[in-house]
Amino acid sequence: MLPDRLKSLLRGVLGSEPAGSPTKPADSVRSLFSSRHGATVETITRSSRGLQEFFNYIRGQSGLTILDFGAATQQNVSFITNLGHRLYSENFVQLLKESFSANTSDQSNPGRIESFLKQALDYPEGRFDGVLIWDVLEYLSPPLLAAVVERLHKIVKPGSYMLAFFHSDDKQDAVPYYTFRIQDLNLLQVEQQGSRQPVQLFNNRSLEKLFSRFASVKFFLTRERLREVIIKV
Amino acid sequence: MWNKRREDEAPKPSTQPGPSAAAPSAPASVVPKPIEVKKESTPVASTPVGRFEPESRGGSATIGKAVKIVGQIYSKEELYVDGDLEGTLEALENKLTVGPNGTVHASVKAREVVVLGTIQGNVEAADKIEIRKDAKLVGDIRTARIIIEDGAYFKGSIDIVKDAKNAPKPQSAPPPVASSPTPAAAGVPGGPR
Repeated sequence: MLPDRLKSLLRGVLGSEPAGSPTKPADSVRSLFSSRHGATVETITRSSRGLQEFFNYIRGQSGLTILDFGAATQQNVSFITNLGHRLYSENFVQLLKESFSANTSDQSNPGRIESFLKQALDYPEGRFDGVLIWDVLEYLSPPLLAAVVERLHKIVKPGSYMLAFFHSDDKQDAVPYYTFRIQDLNLLQVEQQGSRQPVQLFNNRSLEKLFSRFASVKFFLTRERLREVIIKV
Repeated sequence: MWNKRREDEAPKPSTQPGPSAAAPSAPASVVPKPIEVKKESTPVASTPVGRFEPESRGGSATIGKAVKIVGQIYSKEELYVDGDLEGTLEALENKLTVGPNGTVHASVKAREVVVLGTIQGNVEAADKIEIRKDAKLVGDIRTARIIIEDGAYFKGSIDIVKDAKNAPKPQSAPPPVASSPTPAAAGVPGGPR
């Protein structure tokens, strides 16, 4: 039997922390669990500077109207409404699937684009005080993307903020798509749902060009090669 | 042994209830008519119980999945809708459940709303609303509490009303707006989208 002191010393050499030592706050925590379909889903809880910035801008206010492009999740609904805001939920990806076939050339058809905008973003001018776009813009072809961004510029109040995510690896054929669940003002649970071929990938320059009509664009690069972007309307 | 078995088997038909037992000794040419009547009457009496058994809910009114209602419903008891409904629905002091087969195209006001099927219209739930997995709700929600399961589809706005005063209250008589043929005219805070 080894004496306690020696045990403690060995523990230190082998890398594990001695009992009772303070645990370091993890920047991201990965976990695996089974989805409702039985497939394994990877979930990451990580800090998000973009989300923090977004909430910084609306901090201290209540009764704002926030638009969420992700599918309605209990966490996001509870978090936003507990802050005293009104939440509009729009399952953007689902609607995209329903409105257009897998062939992205459909997304260039002006009639279809108009029909999609009517279903997804038919709101009065200046209705929203903030938009959580997440990563959905990557799946839009240039004509549809331009129309959506134009509509967002119209329906979001001047001076308000939008949060969008873009993958930063230009070489990837398929990028993971996620469900984003807000855990705290700067903490996101990111649940990968699968992989998808993005229609286009963006760099800082192309993003600045995309949002050139907006007041400002601010970038944060994450470890997951995700570019978090805060857009001021 | 063989004789004994035949004796045992012989009484069986007489003990079984059925058409032959009802008129065992009647001639074949006369009996068929009353027997046919009995055959029809038996399933008619038992069918409703069997048909609605899986859908019946203790202490609640049920709109079955083969039922379609167009108009206004005011309920003073719990309501389970598994059929089609168009118009307005008010169960201000009670719980409304839209079953998995239920499709409600209506503005809804209830104490509590549980959605397993589809609602297209604005919903006011004084207490809480639950949108279960695979349910679909398109409309604006005004409630004190909301539960959304993963896999539910929701499009619309959510207003959390913490103040009980803002919750829908029972009215002694339906307002004039409700009597109009357009259910969309029922005022829901938030206005048109």
